[in-house]
Amino acid sequence: MSDLTKLTLKAAVDGLKAKDFSSEEITRAFVANIEAANPTLNAYVVTTPEKAIEMAKASDARIAAGTAGALEGAPLGIKDLFCTDGIQTTAGSNMLRGFIPPYESTVTANLWRDGAVMLGKLNMDEFAMGSANETSAFGPVKNPWKSKASNADLTPGGSSGGSASAVAADLCLAATASDTGGSIRQPAAFTGTVGIKPTYGRASRYGMVAFASSLDQAGPITKTVEDAALMLQSMCSFDAKDSTSLDIPTPDWSASVGKSVKGLRIGVPHEYVVDGMPAEIQALWDQGVAWLKDAGCEIVPISLPHTKYALPTYYIVAPAEASSNLARYDGMRFGHRAENAKSLTDLYETSRAEGFGQEVQRRLTIGAYVLSAGFYDAYYVKALKVRRRIAEDFDNVWDQVDAILTPSTPSAAFALGDKQIDPVTMYLNDVFTVTANLAGLPGISVPAGVDSNGLPLGLQVIGKALDEATVFQVGAALEKAAGGVGKPERWW
Amino acid sequence: MAIDAETVRKVAHLARIKTPDDRLEPLAGELNGIMAWIDQLGEVDVNGVEPMTSNVAQPLRLREDVVTDGAKVEAVLSNAPKSADGFYVVPKVVE
Repeated sequence: MSDLTKLTLKAAVDGLKAKDFSSEEITRAFVANIEAANPTLNAYVVTTPEKAIEMAKASDARIAAGTAGALEGAPLGIKDLFCTDGIQTTAGSNMLRGFIPPYESTVTANLWRDGAVMLGKLNMDEFAMGSANETSAFGPVKNPWKSKASNADLTPGGSSGGSASAVAADLCLAATASDTGGSIRQPAAFTGTVGIKPTYGRASRYGMVAFASSLDQAGPITKTVEDAALMLQSMCSFDAKDSTSLDIPTPDWSASVGKSVKGLRIGVPHEYVVDGMPAEIQALWDQGVAWLKDAGCEIVPISLPHTKYALPTYYIVAPAEASSNLARYDGMRFGHRAENAKSLTDLYETSRAEGFGQEVQRRLTIGAYVLSAGFYDAYYVKALKVRRRIAEDFDNVWDQVDAILTPSTPSAAFALGDKQIDPVTMYLNDVFTVTANLAGLPGISVPAGVDSNGLPLGLQVIGKALDEATVFQVGAALEKAAGGVGKPERWW
Repeated sequence: MAIDAETVRKVAHLARIKTPDDRLEPLAGELNGIMAWIDQLGEVDVNGVEPMTSNVAQPLRLREDVVTDGAKVEAVLSNAPKSADGFYVVPKVVE
C-alpha cells in the first residue's frame, strides 16, 4: 500500500470511511514516522502512541458500526497550548512542566467528538510568544525544508512551529494551532502548509492557555485549503464557557472550496509594501494578483492607512494582556514553585524568574510598564485607540472589496538563531499578519511559490468578519493556480 | 523617554519577576529599543476615538450566578506543588 501518511486529511477521512485502510493502520504509520523524525525535528514535546492506537481502534469500531464522525479515525497533532485531559500541557514553558490538565479544551473536545485521533502535543514558542520557535523550553523545532544555498537548520516559524513542521514532514494529517499575531499563518508560510485564523470568537478559547485574550484565536494548520475547511469546521462551535464565543452556527466551509471566484473584488493595499521587502515577495504578490485576475476577479487598489502602526500597537496590547493573564503563575496552586523563598513576594518573584524564559519575562515587563501608573494612558489607552483606527481601516474598504490579498511574511524561513539578537527585528516578522488579529478578521495563508533557494512562500487572504467562506474560496483559487510548492526532501 | 535600570527594577517588581542587578542595565537597553519603536504611535491622531477593548460585535454575555460545576477537590488540587487534606499547602513565609 502507498504511504498513508502522505494523504491529505480529506483523502484519509474518505479512505477510512470507504474502509480502504483502517485507522489503526494509518495511526501506526504516523507513530513510526514520529519515532523516526522527532529526535531531529523536535516537533512533538509529548507523544501519546498508546492513546493514539486505543483511539484508532475505537474509531475503527465506529466506522464498522456506521457511526463515523466527520474526522473519524484521522490522526492529528495538538499544539501544546490546548489543554488535554490527562496529558501534559505546558505551552512550551518550564513554568508548566509536568502540568496535567484535569479537563479538555473545547477545541480538542470537538475534534474527539468528530472521531479524530491524538498523536501527541506539538512544540511551540513559550506561551506562544515568538516568531521562530526559539523560545520553547523544549528547544527549537526544525523546519523540514532546507535552503538550496546552505545546509543550515531553518526555523519553521512561530509560535505554532511544531504544528507546521509536523504537518509539512507528515508527522500528522493536520494539526491544531493558535494565532495571536500571526502564529498560524507565519509558520504555515515558512513550511509550505495552509493555515487559517478564523474570525475572533468562532473558536472557543476555553482550555487554551491564554496569552493575549482579545487576540488569541485557534485554527488549523493543514496540507490543503480543503483540509483547513474540514478541520476548522470541526474546531469551531459556540461555547458557553467562553464569554467571547459567538453564538452563531458554523457554516459548511468545505462547500466554498472550489467555488468560482469570478466577479469577486480583491483589494490590494499599497501600505503592505514595506521597507526592505525582498523583490521575491513583491513578485509573488504580483503573481497572486495575476492569478486572481485570470480567474475572473476584479483587482481593486485600496488603502489601509494605519497598517504601519499595527505592530507597535500589538506590542503594547499583547504584553499588557499577557501580564494580566500570566499573573496566575505565582507558584501557589499549580506550576513551578521556587524553593527556600525568604518572603511571600520573594516566593512569587523567584518562582516566576525560574519558570519563565527570557522572552516571556521581557514581554511581562513591557506589559507591567505600559499598564503602570503614569504610562497607562500614554501607552495602553493610546494603543487601544490606534487599534480602533486599524479596525476602521478595514471597515472602510469592505464596501469596495470582498477580500484582501497580501503576502503572508516578509521573507522565507530564516536560519535558527538568525534574528535572536534584536527583539524588534523578530517582531517585524508578523508585519502582514498582525492587523487581522487586531481587527478580529479571518485570514488564511496558502503556499503560493518558492524563493530562489527553493523555500516556500505564502500568500494571505484576509476577509470580512464571519466571512471565512470567501477566504476559503479565494484561498482555494490561489492554491489551484499555484499548483503546490511540493514537499521538503527528507533529510531527517 | 529613556528607561533606566532603576525603572526596570521597579517594573520587574510590579511584574513579580526577580531580576538580578546585572540584568537591569541590559534589560533597560532592550526595553528602550522596543519602546522607542513603539513611540511612533505618537504620530497617530486619535482625537475623539474610543479605545477598542473588544473586537466581538456583541455585548459581554453573562450567566446566572449559580454553581454549574463543582465538588472536584481532587481535580482542583491535582497540579498543586503541595497539598494536604483537601487544601493547598504553601510554605511558611511569615517570621
